[in-house]
Amino acid sequence: MRIKEHPILDFKETKKLHFMYNGKQVYGFEGDTIASALHALGIKTLRHSIELKRPRGFYCAIGNCASCNMIVDGTPNVRTCITPLKEGMQVETQKDKGVYNETR
Amino acid sequence: MKHVDLLIIGGGPSGLAAAKMAAESGVSSLIIERDTKVGGQLVKQTHMFFGSEKQYAKTRGINIAEILINDCKEHDDKISYMTETTVVGLYPDYVVTVMDRNHKYSKIKANTILVATGASEKVLAFENNDLPGIYGAGAVQTLMNVHGVLPGQDVVMVGSGNIGLIVSYQLMQAGVNVKRVIEAASVIGGYKVHASKLKRLGVEITTNMTVKSAQGNGALESIVVQKLDDDWQFIPGTEEEISVDALCISVGLSPLSNLLSMVGCEMKYVSALGGNVPVIDHSHETTVPNIFVAGDVCGVEEASSAIVEGYYVGLIIGNRLGKTHPHYERLIQDFTQQLDNLRSGPFGEKTRSGLAQLRGEQHA
Repeated sequence: MRIKEHPILDFKETKKLHFMYNGKQVYGFEGDTIASALHALGIKTLRHSIELKRPRGFYCAIGNCASCNMIVDGTPNVRTCITPLKEGMQVETQKDKGVYNETR
Repeated sequence: MKHVDLLIIGGGPSGLAAAKMAAESGVSSLIIERDTKVGGQLVKQTHMFFGSEKQYAKTRGINIAEILINDCKEHDDKISYMTETTVVGLYPDYVVTVMDRNHKYSKIKANTILVATGASEKVLAFENNDLPGIYGAGAVQTLMNVHGVLPGQDVVMVGSGNIGLIVSYQLMQAGVNVKRVIEAASVIGGYKVHASKLKRLGVEITTNMTVKSAQGNGALESIVVQKLDDDWQFIPGTEEEISVDALCISVGLSPLSNLLSMVGCEMKYVSALGGNVPVIDHSHETTVPNIFVAGDVCGVEEASSAIVEGYYVGLIIGNRLGKTHPHYERLIQDFTQQLDNLRSGPFGEKTRSGLAQLRGEQHA
């Protein structure tokens, strides 16, 4: 959910950005990180833990803890809490350690 | 390989302050920042700061960030930036390896390095503490105040230090229902003024209480809290279930000092400073020559002291590189005095004892 009114801050509506989340088209706004756009859509699970496959969301939001890592445009382990959302991004839930894709 | 006079790791308050003073001394610097923009954690702090006017008291954190950023803009010829870039390695031959926004790696060599990486939020151990919906309080502050996204509808805050109290108030400002603030200790940790603001809004602050477990199917739905005795042991039969869709953990910060360990700086575990911190001398130089530190990475404090430490170290580094600020002596004295003032009084006691321990001194 997005903040509509705030006593101190002014959240101006910015450009809508469409992106793909697990194959489904969704949208966020310019200025969003991938994680904030997903959270605004009610999507809290960003990855699964490596061993026990437990759902994980973001924790630190400063690019430190790796809890928000997702596969973005084919690249795994992208820290979605500090990665700006861009039009046309392909974002997928990461369920393992991530595989290095040599062709990229 | 790119070669710079001064490489600053972290574009938060201390990094920006140091860049400004170094520039005024005549030294060029490169700031590496992993976030999309510089300003550090000030960019989400909507509250007004305390302290004296020299540290921008009565100014909101977001506006202090603007002041620091604009100050640096006045030295555009001397200060450059690499944002969305993460330092991944710091080596004894003064080579820093970085990964940029396109996930490309490169090396930079520096004559002097300032590590101003700040701190990260601690986690708390309890059953199901990894459920989505359980966040660091600062992380929620970022989500809310930078991105305008609410963490949930009903929140409990764990920890009543200043961050816990301030973020709780800001959650209420954003329209979130803060059901309770719980504190494991027997007293509220933060300033009374912040606690009173919350109480006036009807938010209950319960001391001697912590979170025992979290429940939820895929995401957080409820927590169980329980009373603690004065020895921090659970009191049987006092469990209470609270339904929440977000839980904020505000149980302190740890210095982000990994790079300093990596390069071989002598480190010391000082609980009062937040964890593993580098051993430094009065000029904030680590045991590895020409590697300096400022801000939370060398002891968790407030942003005000991070700024002053940044100014102080910026001057020292300028001097080290043979470019002495025209008002060097006066400014060094001024900033030393400011830091002493910030650390005076009962709330500075923890920092004073931590610094004494770090220096191996007896603390009165």
